[in-house]
Amino acid sequence: MHISDNEDVHEYVTAVVDRQLFGLPIARVQDVFVPARLTRVPLAPPEVAGVLNLRGRILTVIDLRRRLGLPVRANIASDRTIGIELAGEAYGLLVDSVGEVMRLSDAIRAVNPANLDPRLAGASAGVYRLEGELMILLDVDRVLHFDGATKAAGTAA
Amino acid sequence: MDDLLREFLTETNESLHVIDVELVRFEQDPNNAEILDNIFRLVHTIKGTCGFLGLQRLESLAHSAETLMGQFRAGRTVTGEAVTLILTAIDRIKALLDALEAEQHEPDGADHDVIAALEILSSAAELPAATQMAPSPFETASAAATPKTQEHEEASPAAMRRAEPAANGESERPDRIAGQSIRVSVDTLDHLMTMVSELVLTRNQLLEIARRNPDTEFKQPLQRLSNVTAELQEGVMKTRMQPIGSAWHKLPRIVRDLATDLGRRIHLELSGAETELDRQVLDLIKDPLIHMVRNCAAHGIEAPQERLAAGKLEHGLIRLTAHHQAGHIIIEIIDDGRGLDTDRIRQQVIARGLAVEAEVEKMSEARLHRFIFSPGFTTAPKVTSIAGRGVGMDVARANIDMIGGTIDVRSRCGEGTTFTIKIPLTMAVVSALIVEAGGDRFAIPQLAVVELVRVRAGSEHRIDWLKDTPVLRLRNKLLPLVHLKKLLAIDPNPEIDVESGFIVVIQIGNETFGIVVDGVFQTEEIVVKPMSPNLRHITMLSGNTILGDGSVIMIIDPHGIAQAIGTATVARTPHGAEAADETLAAEEQTTPMLLFRAGSMQQKAVPLSLITRLEVIDARSMEKSNGNHLLQYRGQLMPLVPVNKTVRIRNEGSQPLVVFSDEEQSMGLLVDDIIDIVDDPLAIEVTSDRPGVLGSAVIKGQATEVIDISHFLPLAFGQSYGRAERRSTPRKVLLVDDQAFFRNLLSPIIDAAGYAVTTAASAAQVLDLIRNGERFEVIVADLDMPGMTGFELAQVLRDDPLTAGVPVVGLTPVDSSDMAGCARQFGIRECVAKFDRRGLIAALETSRIAVGQAA
Repeated sequence: MHISDNEDVHEYVTAVVDRQLFGLPIARVQDVFVPARLTRVPLAPPEVAGVLNLRGRILTVIDLRRRLGLPVRANIASDRTIGIELAGEAYGLLVDSVGEVMRLSDAIRAVNPANLDPRLAGASAGVYRLEGELMILLDVDRVLHFDGATKAAGTAA
Repeated sequence: MDDLLREFLTETNESLHVIDVELVRFEQDPNNAEILDNIFRLVHTIKGTCGFLGLQRLESLAHSAETLMGQFRAGRTVTGEAVTLILTAIDRIKALLDALEAEQHEPDGADHDVIAALEILSSAAELPAATQMAPSPFETASAAATPKTQEHEEASPAAMRRAEPAANGESERPDRIAGQSIRVSVDTLDHLMTMVSELVLTRNQLLEIARRNPDTEFKQPLQRLSNVTAELQEGVMKTRMQPIGSAWHKLPRIVRDLATDLGRRIHLELSGAETELDRQVLDLIKDPLIHMVRNCAAHGIEAPQERLAAGKLEHGLIRLTAHHQAGHIIIEIIDDGRGLDTDRIRQQVIARGLAVEAEVEKMSEARLHRFIFSPGFTTAPKVTSIAGRGVGMDVARANIDMIGGTIDVRSRCGEGTTFTIKIPLTMAVVSALIVEAGGDRFAIPQLAVVELVRVRAGSEHRIDWLKDTPVLRLRNKLLPLVHLKKLLAIDPNPEIDVESGFIVVIQIGNETFGIVVDGVFQTEEIVVKPMSPNLRHITMLSGNTILGDGSVIMIIDPHGIAQAIGTATVARTPHGAEAADETLAAEEQTTPMLLFRAGSMQQKAVPLSLITRLEVIDARSMEKSNGNHLLQYRGQLMPLVPVNKTVRIRNEGSQPLVVFSDEEQSMGLLVDDIIDIVDDPLAIEVTSDRPGVLGSAVIKGQATEVIDISHFLPLAFGQSYGRAERRSTPRKVLLVDDQAFFRNLLSPIIDAAGYAVTTAASAAQVLDLIRNGERFEVIVADLDMPGMTGFELAQVLRDDPLTAGVPVVGLTPVDSSDMAGCARQFGIRECVAKFDRRGLIAALETSRIAVGQAA
């Protein structure tokens, strides 16, 4: 891992979903919290796990496993939610766990491999080569942009 | 866009609205130098600013208008023609401003036409008639007869602000009342409102916690916080409030122009313009109001000569008022014109198939008038630019519906029309009923809720099933029901417990339906929060909210539910477009019928109104006694009768059953299969000699046997059932009904009650029979017959000394309470619904007694 004061270094909040490491730009992350009292939304797209009240705001919680086409877990009690804001709306991304904040240099960032699963590729803004594992940089805007009809068409960027 | 330009656009647009209003006032009050000064100053300001910004087209237009107005100031006679010309110039300026806003630069082109006209008029030198100006011959819209200028300024709060300081120099901006008002962007206010809503919710949560811990030391400060929050909420709400007058300021001009075009004289009175309401609500009612005032001017107010001929003042009056009333705003639009044309509405209702002629004839005026709110409805004979495009009242109503308001109309022929609109003060906080379905809670806006019905075993209300469709019988009406948990797919195959539950009866426009929920909690004031963009496509949910306990719940959109039901049951909705088309083609009265199979593949039918309920029972629960089938049903033994010998009576599995009740007794008719419920014209084409079958009819394109229920009741209860002792000389009853079906249905009933029945198919036949010397003790007449109706027949009979004493019992369609009152005027003592056999027998009995006493 290469760390310097270079402008090409960014901080990322890391999270694990189905044993895969993801990174989110720290500037985009508002909160990390345990989802409590999730209200399901009838007729909502399957990605939407429900809505909840976080300090008086209503957040739409999106299950990243469903959004990325990963196997779904029934029990989300130990899960964490990462609070994100997009266009004035509050969202929560449901992940398995949240790890440390990493400072990473753009030098170790690569484009998506061509054979990356289309659903993952659709949500990835690039891959960081860390020691021992790869971290997918989550394209937050694209993850939040979906509707029931067009489910992550997946463009290998 | 450059800030300077944006500021200019906002300012100028406001000024132009004021000019519109002021010019119309000026036209009627040409001696009022103050108004003229005000207009002149505003035009001058526009001209100056345009010059400064290098907007040449605007500048030269404003200049030409200013020149002409300068002549007015110098004492030139004010004519309608001149005012129209200035208004034309103002309109051109507005158009240029719109283009400027869109393209950010002045559009190319020239305005020689307008400028030339203005200049010609300006140069047509006219000597000022000293200071004494002739009063304007034009007295169209607004002011004139109401000399209180204050009242008119209320029409535009902006006008009031601007009129305040009489500026000395024209360079000084007249409207700067420094320190008293500031401009705040709407976004800022909306954001403030959102934050306060959050605060209210947090406060509610804290109060909830405090309630659970009665001894907390937070109690005192919390109470203070609560009060401050309430005050803050009120304060912020106020900032979003706008006087309704800001939606009205275009009206004087619109009415003036319409009046000029149509050669009418119209007086527009505005009152309560200072009444404030939430700007979100205001935006939505603005257009409907303009629509409706235009309608009044175009349809309502008559031409001057027509008014004079009718003994009215030459000037028509349109009055627009607004006031607060218990959390709502009441807006009334009143005109003293000709009133709604009930006959034309009636024709249109029939022509559009909104109701059949027979129904329409019976409708009260008020009910007919409400049809003007139906989509596409117009009574204007010709389509003009002003009216008759068929959009208008329905659009107005849709907008008002959207904000949870209501609209109604009252009209008297020749006297005028009043529209009353009732709208909530704000949409941000609504009162909602909290319900439970499938384990989740939901909020249903209270405004749409008509009533709550509790369904319980043994209670009078019960869910009936028509095949797979649940319905509720409520006061003679069948309400379609939807199970919320099924509709919202919370539980796709819910176990529906027909013996318990709550039904929330909802009314949306003309549609009434019931939403079945598992539980009902309290009513709460909720703060509506819009759905996240990813979820806005769910039409059945209008938003979400946070309850006092901190949980988030969804708000049900009753309109969305109505739509969802509409698509599912369109075939059964008489008001649905498709049903309307069918009615239009057939122009016949339809009868709702149950279709089923019994014994053969041929479908059979029985009128739905005769059926008490449909059941599917476990075949093993049937008992056999003395060769007859019986069922323990609601604490009684109910006899079961097969429709015919070929019906397969099952030994196991489920057995469909049609239940009929009469007085205290019920019977079950065993059938093979229930097919559907249809609403079709019923015309029995081939009558039958077979017992239990009235005849055959074509229903839904198939030959169908129509079953005679009256045949089965004696079979079920033995010969003693309902058959009165036959008198030695049975009383003679004449039954007249144009429909063979009802003659066939009712005559056995009357016969069974111990009367001798004669039937007739029309009023003419009745009169023939009487002319031939036939005499009857009672005449039972269908009130609604083609040709001579029952009413007319009763009148003819009453006027004939031979038949004057014969009581007439009127037969009415199922729900027509207003008909009974009508009937009395024609000498009809009793009215009975066609399917009400008990009522009919009772009416025959009382008529007989009445005659006996009279004799």
